[in-house]
Amino acid sequence: MPGLNRRDTTLFLIVIALLVFAPFILNPFPEDSGLARFNAGYPDLMQRFVIFGIFAIGFNILFGLTGYLSFGHAAFLGAGSYAGVWMMKLLTVDVVPAIIASVIVAGLFSLAIGYICLRRTGIYFSILTLAFAQMSFALAYSVLTPITAGETGLQLSLADPRILEGMNDSGTIPATNFFGIPMRSGFEWDIGGWVFTFNFGYYLCAAIMLAAFYISIRIFRSPFGMMLRAVKSNQQRMNYTGLNPRPYTLAAFVISGMYAGLAGGLMVAVDPLAGAERMFWTASGEVVLMNILGGAGTLVGPILGAGVIKYFENIFSRLNEADLSQLFSFLPEWLESALVTIAQMFVGDGWLLTLGAMFMAVVIFLPGGIVEGGQRIHTWLRRKPEKKDDTSAAPAATAGE
Amino acid sequence: MDIIILQILNGLDKGSAYTLIALGLTLIFGTLGVVNFAHGALFMLGAFCAVTLNALLNLSREVVDPTKTDFLGNPLKVDVPYVIDWFGPQFGEALIDWSVPLALLLAVPIMALIGLAMERGLIRHFYKRPHADQILVTFGLAIVLQQIVKYFFGANPLATPAPDAFTGSFDFGVLIGFDPFTIIYPYWRLVYFCFAVVIVAAVFAFLRYTTFGMVVRAGMVDRETVELLGINIDRRFVIMFALAAIVAGVAGVMYTPIVAPNYNMGMNFLVLSFVVVVVGGMGSLPGAVAAGFLLGILESFASMSAVIDLIPGINQVIIYLAAIIVLLVRPRGLLGRKGVMED
Repeated sequence: MPGLNRRDTTLFLIVIALLVFAPFILNPFPEDSGLARFNAGYPDLMQRFVIFGIFAIGFNILFGLTGYLSFGHAAFLGAGSYAGVWMMKLLTVDVVPAIIASVIVAGLFSLAIGYICLRRTGIYFSILTLAFAQMSFALAYSVLTPITAGETGLQLSLADPRILEGMNDSGTIPATNFFGIPMRSGFEWDIGGWVFTFNFGYYLCAAIMLAAFYISIRIFRSPFGMMLRAVKSNQQRMNYTGLNPRPYTLAAFVISGMYAGLAGGLMVAVDPLAGAERMFWTASGEVVLMNILGGAGTLVGPILGAGVIKYFENIFSRLNEADLSQLFSFLPEWLESALVTIAQMFVGDGWLLTLGAMFMAVVIFLPGGIVEGGQRIHTWLRRKPEKKDDTSAAPAATAGE
Repeated sequence: MDIIILQILNGLDKGSAYTLIALGLTLIFGTLGVVNFAHGALFMLGAFCAVTLNALLNLSREVVDPTKTDFLGNPLKVDVPYVIDWFGPQFGEALIDWSVPLALLLAVPIMALIGLAMERGLIRHFYKRPHADQILVTFGLAIVLQQIVKYFFGANPLATPAPDAFTGSFDFGVLIGFDPFTIIYPYWRLVYFCFAVVIVAAVFAFLRYTTFGMVVRAGMVDRETVELLGINIDRRFVIMFALAAIVAGVAGVMYTPIVAPNYNMGMNFLVLSFVVVVVGGMGSLPGAVAAGFLLGILESFASMSAVIDLIPGINQVIIYLAAIIVLLVRPRGLLGRKGVMED
């Protein structure tokens, strides 16, 4: 792969393979089996996996490399979404101008906010970004209603001008498309008991995520990425060596804001509706969780974290008591009912409890996230057979970076 | 003039809640150096102490009242709370009526226990970790606490009325020489404000005039020297954490008649209280108190229709705007000590 060393190329190829074969991997259970509800291979969820993957990759460039914990990145995602829908309303329902506009708008927005917020570090930076995001949310809900459509959310309508498309007399709102291919198009493959869905929107988002991932690898390996790590490890020393960290952190902030805008643009590309709740601070907290859970500062961590959290959100929140008793039906009855009572707290409406508990466990026991967990298992497995080889296993700790 | 006083009064009750939560937050930060994102959840737990006590006192059994009949002529069934059975109608009714102030007695030991458990079980392991980790783990804890409360109490707000003596409003304007009906103010909000003042004064007096408080203040300034003098500062700081939890809890108890509590009430207050702490100065107790009331009143002024007509949407953003300006112009906060978290 151009610009990547061998290990990164392997990683990149693995991610490509996972994305291409996701419809198979995520649908391991036959359609009519009881476990089918654990399948995640439907287009809506797969799109969300990759879109939030992009969001998390971008956030990782800021948080993972520079250590600046932003609690307001959802504002850029929301701004990107609004810009995208407006492009579709004004120009055309083709998603390309919408996505480009969302990246540009989010970039400018993050430039303005980053310029102010980056005057402070540490918790003050977090509070400043939080304050800006909450302001954006409150304004989008109230005063900016002509632009954001407030509570109902901004959506397409028949009366939109759509200059590039000309008159529309079909009587229905045209579907979002990519050079004529509708985002919703795709086909289902029915084989044996399994049904695999291949969706165009998903593959477009996946291709964009690959590009985003490639750029992030290049940033991680570049001298610029080195500078960002220097900011994280010791900003004072960086100052003393005569370097001004501000331009580097601002660049990282804007890049991650553009990633967030891209994610927002793709969100409206697959489903042209933008609401203010996308900017709420819990949404910003979610992307932090994704990074921490997967492993902040590692390359694949954010993607893994985004996948796990979105999976839990969608699958766990749909489970109910009947599913649980079916799941534990092989156990003796007293144990089954006890387990169902306990597990019931964690599914359905209570999936957030799962999220919170999982999150605490990760921060307490595994600060490096899933990636660090994988590395620990890896070194432990390598160490078992030959006990003398302790020293050579140690460098593997940096493998995921 | 009367409008201005009315807005100040309106700002006081929210400002009181901000102040009490921010006081605990800044106390924890000043002593333990921990950024506690679960403090809003403690406020919420306090509120649910009141809800629980109210529900317990209202536990009733069904009795047939022979003196009354329903429209079909059958004897009417009425619910009689157990407390009325046990203590007689007069005292029993009074108990139910005063459930919110009574909940303070319940909340103090419970919040102290929760605070101690939280500090010993979780926060203790995070002293040496970066602030980001502290924020994240307490954020996770806040989610967990909220969801547990949601599991047991449901998602709907549960109204808990104030004692009858304090429901309704009174004409505050007449007391200070304005025309009648210019300044109408609910009783309970005035109670809440007085309560906040008492609590704040108590915390300050505790820190100012007791030996324990003196040691704690010394530890906040220079922990190492205090430890070298042979004082177990850790144990005192843990007690301060419990105290902060109690303050947040009782603030929640008394807030229930103002806004019916639900499981995520703490989060809204948490974000704003953090802003208050930052505006007042991280680790500064007078700063938290001043900024709490100031921002509460500022918010209330921004909600006046004359102001909203002038600058639309200002009531939604005024607190954040104030925080941004303070952070950029005076990063240590209004009353923050020089050099504390100033970068």
